[in-house]
Amino acid sequence: MKWLSDSKVSHLRAVVGNPDFSGTKYTFVKELARGGMGTVYLAEDTELNRQVAIKVLSTPEITEDLRRRMIREAQIIARLEHPGLVPVHDVGVLPDGRVFYAMKFVRGVRLDEYAANTTSTRERLRKFQAVCDAVAFAHAHGVIHRDLKPQNIMIGSFGEVLVLDWGVAKILRAEVSSEADTLMLPAAGTNKAGDTAHGTVIGTRQYMSPEQARGEIDQLDERSDIYSLGAVFYFLLTDQAPNDERPRTLNPKVSKPAEAICLKAMARDRASRYAGAGEMSADVSRLLDAEPVSAYRENAYEKVSRWVGKNRFLVLLVLAYLLMRIFFIFTSRS
Amino acid sequence: MDPDTDIGGAQQRFPVTNQSAIAAARSDDHVVRQRAFDTILTSYWKPAYKYIRLKWQANNEDAKDLTQGFFANAFEKNHFANYDARKARFQTFLRTCLDGFVANERKAGKRLKRGGDANHFQLDFLSAEDELAMQATQANDLNPEDYFHREWVRWMFTMSVEMLRERCQSSGRNVHFQLFEAYDLNDDDATTVSYASLAKTFNLDATTVNNYLAATRRDFRRIVLDKLREITATDEEFRTEARSLLGVDVK
Repeated sequence: MKWLSDSKVSHLRAVVGNPDFSGTKYTFVKELARGGMGTVYLAEDTELNRQVAIKVLSTPEITEDLRRRMIREAQIIARLEHPGLVPVHDVGVLPDGRVFYAMKFVRGVRLDEYAANTTSTRERLRKFQAVCDAVAFAHAHGVIHRDLKPQNIMIGSFGEVLVLDWGVAKILRAEVSSEADTLMLPAAGTNKAGDTAHGTVIGTRQYMSPEQARGEIDQLDERSDIYSLGAVFYFLLTDQAPNDERPRTLNPKVSKPAEAICLKAMARDRASRYAGAGEMSADVSRLLDAEPVSAYRENAYEKVSRWVGKNRFLVLLVLAYLLMRIFFIFTSRS
Repeated sequence: MDPDTDIGGAQQRFPVTNQSAIAAARSDDHVVRQRAFDTILTSYWKPAYKYIRLKWQANNEDAKDLTQGFFANAFEKNHFANYDARKARFQTFLRTCLDGFVANERKAGKRLKRGGDANHFQLDFLSAEDELAMQATQANDLNPEDYFHREWVRWMFTMSVEMLRERCQSSGRNVHFQLFEAYDLNDDDATTVSYASLAKTFNLDATTVNNYLAATRRDFRRIVLDKLREITATDEEFRTEARSLLGVDVK
């Protein structure tokens, strides 16, 4: 028997562990990331001669009917054209039966990496607004993401914000296809009919809504994504994944209105959350502009403080004018 | 082929079943138990021998005797039937048993000579010694436990490659294996071999090379996983080992 060197053993481990793209137009390049839903690889599209990101889901079995439905639903998601969305280009099945999705390969940093190097809360919130806008666009087209988290949000080389990984998205209203309420892109737990089985937990637990964590798939709607957006907002305010602590406990610099936005989005009762990502985005915009936010009722002192903070230059001018007047009054008397 | 590499005869070198040998070690049927033992012996004798050489600083003659003695003793007393998957990985269990055996032998000041025993296994210690010589500078980088695991992984892959070779030959897919050997087992710098260069060498088009290689790798993966299933006791242990060995999730 031929002896295998360490480098050959490593190579064989990779060969066995890496996906087999034979029969597709892709060739394997390297592994990019590994998560609970599957693994993302960098691959070469040999027809278009470009690099793509391919997510291989941990779905063990697939029927012909399910495969057809997935392709049809992937086509729906692929039609979401928005600068903040990285849609699915292609969907298929590997020879070992696992399902894969090909997406644009985005060069940039993930939101959590971006946050590690960006201390300015205003900058972070502006990026978050862009996330809300992209998600609002998808919601408007009847698609919910179901796995929003910092790791699925990229900041591109030009500062653009891109929401990735629509591979586990769900279509709420079929605008393109004639069927409504069909499932979409399957994950582990998908049943033979193609629908995600009730009781199946899809997503990333720290960022998922309570109803999603309970596996109540048929209860999921836009508000489940709102919860996840709130969780991402929590992360941007505290640099920590959501936990039982309030944001201001972890970071005293967080303002009360910012915390209120976060807690409203992450309300356990769906009805108490923002009705849409656009509404949340508008509140974040008001927060950035030092306007009152819908999630927080200010008292008189806070109203004045916020007004003063927003009109600091004007207040300083008035104060300076008054001081000068007082000075002249006293000097003229003496 | 060197006859010393045969354990229990050429036909039994790679047991055909992929049921758990660990579970079969508890069988009341002597034949089933013997086959299970052969599988465990085949899968672990070489890492065990190297481990004894490294951790216990045994010379080659003592290490040979201790390896033979350990497996003979385990078979005679059916030690592997005592394995409990809830407590540890089988690999850890075997290594712990091995440590206990060697420690006892050293304590008793015995030196086992098994030349005339019925349970004298035909093991290719010469190849193990050659490999140790090649690894002389690397072995000290790892602690003995990690070293044992690394050598077990190497041995698993070595046996799987050999089995792949046999399967390809018996099914008339020699070119498939030659491509696999040239691309995936080539010790030269990988950059010198490409699909295009292989296509030229084998007078094939690049797509065929891609498909042949993919099919052969798929077979290789299946062989590795089948072997892994043989030497794990439960589905959970199998999945854990598959992730540890290959970094893959399996059903």
